[in-house]
Amino acid sequence: MAVATRALVAKVVIDGRAEGRVLRLGAPISFWGGIDPQTGIVIDARHPDRGRSIAGRVLCLPGMIGSSSASAVMLELLRQHLAPAALVLGETDAILALGVVVGRELGYPAIPILELAPAEQETLPQEVLVRIREGGVIEVA
Amino acid sequence: MALRIVAETARILGASRLIAIASAHIDGCLYHGDSGTEFAEKLVAGGGKVAVPSTLNVGALDLIHPKRVHADRHRYDMALRMMRAYEALGCRPTWTCAPYQAGHRPELGEQVAWGESNAVAFVNSVLGARSNRYGDFLDIAAAIAGRAPYAGLHLAENRRARVVLETSALSAALKASDAFYPVLGTLLGREVGSTVAAIVGLPAGVSEDRLKALGAAAASTGAVGLFHVVGTTPEAPTLAAALGELPPERIIRVTAQMLRQARDSLSTAEGERIDAIALGSPHFSLEEFAELERLAAGRRFALPFYVCSGRGVLKALETEGRLAALERQGVIAVADTCVVVTPILPAGGGVLMTNSGKFAHYTPGNTGWQVVYGSLADCVATALSGRLERDERLWQ
Repeated sequence: MAVATRALVAKVVIDGRAEGRVLRLGAPISFWGGIDPQTGIVIDARHPDRGRSIAGRVLCLPGMIGSSSASAVMLELLRQHLAPAALVLGETDAILALGVVVGRELGYPAIPILELAPAEQETLPQEVLVRIREGGVIEVA
Repeated sequence: MALRIVAETARILGASRLIAIASAHIDGCLYHGDSGTEFAEKLVAGGGKVAVPSTLNVGALDLIHPKRVHADRHRYDMALRMMRAYEALGCRPTWTCAPYQAGHRPELGEQVAWGESNAVAFVNSVLGARSNRYGDFLDIAAAIAGRAPYAGLHLAENRRARVVLETSALSAALKASDAFYPVLGTLLGREVGSTVAAIVGLPAGVSEDRLKALGAAAASTGAVGLFHVVGTTPEAPTLAAALGELPPERIIRVTAQMLRQARDSLSTAEGERIDAIALGSPHFSLEEFAELERLAAGRRFALPFYVCSGRGVLKALETEGRLAALERQGVIAVADTCVVVTPILPAGGGVLMTNSGKFAHYTPGNTGWQVVYGSLADCVATALSGRLERDERLWQ
């Protein structure tokens, strides 16, 4: 990877490293009822990103809504190797992080979760390749 | 493992300490894949037992009517193992998303750990107990530990309303209709996200079923864990009390047009075709069954008519002979689960009509069916005639 042109520092929810292309969702989503845990695809019929896959992406979420089963969907995505490479949340939310916390207990792969204000998320262009390092550093290629 | 999960979540939420909880409602017993079964069985294998009274949310099977759910062998076996594991942990097999209709009703101010988004909104808003929005796995971990992170809606200062939803411009006829409340909830969730709101301008003493429908819709389109209805809910005797004697950060003045848009957003199908009706999200109450009986007046339905409810409510109907009468009219009772969380509707899709904002929100994504929203009376009229009947006068 070329030398990073810039870096952001986000608040760490769950620390770790990751690399992937940015997918910023156009609207808040409930993982339960919004993402198919068997495919990683957005299924919410009213969501602007319907039909897209979140697997392997650095997934930026402006806000969380809906079901408390989102943690169960997150856990199943980790088991199936269909989880995002990393999550960047717009606000503090423990429900998705719980899926990762429980996944570690079960020996599934873990992913980093960071917190970054929605306005700062918007400075990350769609599809750009980013690398996440420990401490919440997001390097943009 | 349970304590580690509680402690790690406390760290994530920035909670300074844990607090003792009086009860739990566990949402983790719904099968979404083998991971959830693995987790529950690991808790059982480690000798886990709940430390506080704990009720269970819906599972992915109807244990009373096993043939209702179309599940392959693997899905059936894993969903059943999961449900049995939660029973082995000492939870009460209530299998309902409306535990407050199954005798689980915490006191005002009591600290509890509840999962299931509608149940969280109800226990906080209608009963005035204090629960954060618990995700699957943390609910059972907290029930085993008997403790929860002291954060979010457990703290009095986070329970005051910051936003006012002003409804005085809407007609009294609209507010007297059951179809109004899920639509208002849909609008509320979309407008406020996770912020606590106080709703003003509603008649005093809004019924529990209406508050349940409002909260379930708001927790679907938003992350609403608590709302106040001034003059009705226990922490909102007055607007000033609901606001904690501070000025609101925002006032949303609801217009008839905003409400119409929210109502229209609940439907994804056009035209007169309806293939089935589904009621009971959250699970239908005895009072709602009485209203259904009154509207249907013994007539036979021309469409499949699913009503999802808790086994406790269905048992009460059965002993009075009312369930058999409804089944003769064409009602298909679904217990322990519902048509939107597990495959019950005929495969291949169609158009579903519902009076539930929550069903309307989740049906297209989860089942592949299209959806049309209407009042309970509209649903009954449609089921009798076999094509869409909606009373539009209220919404003009």
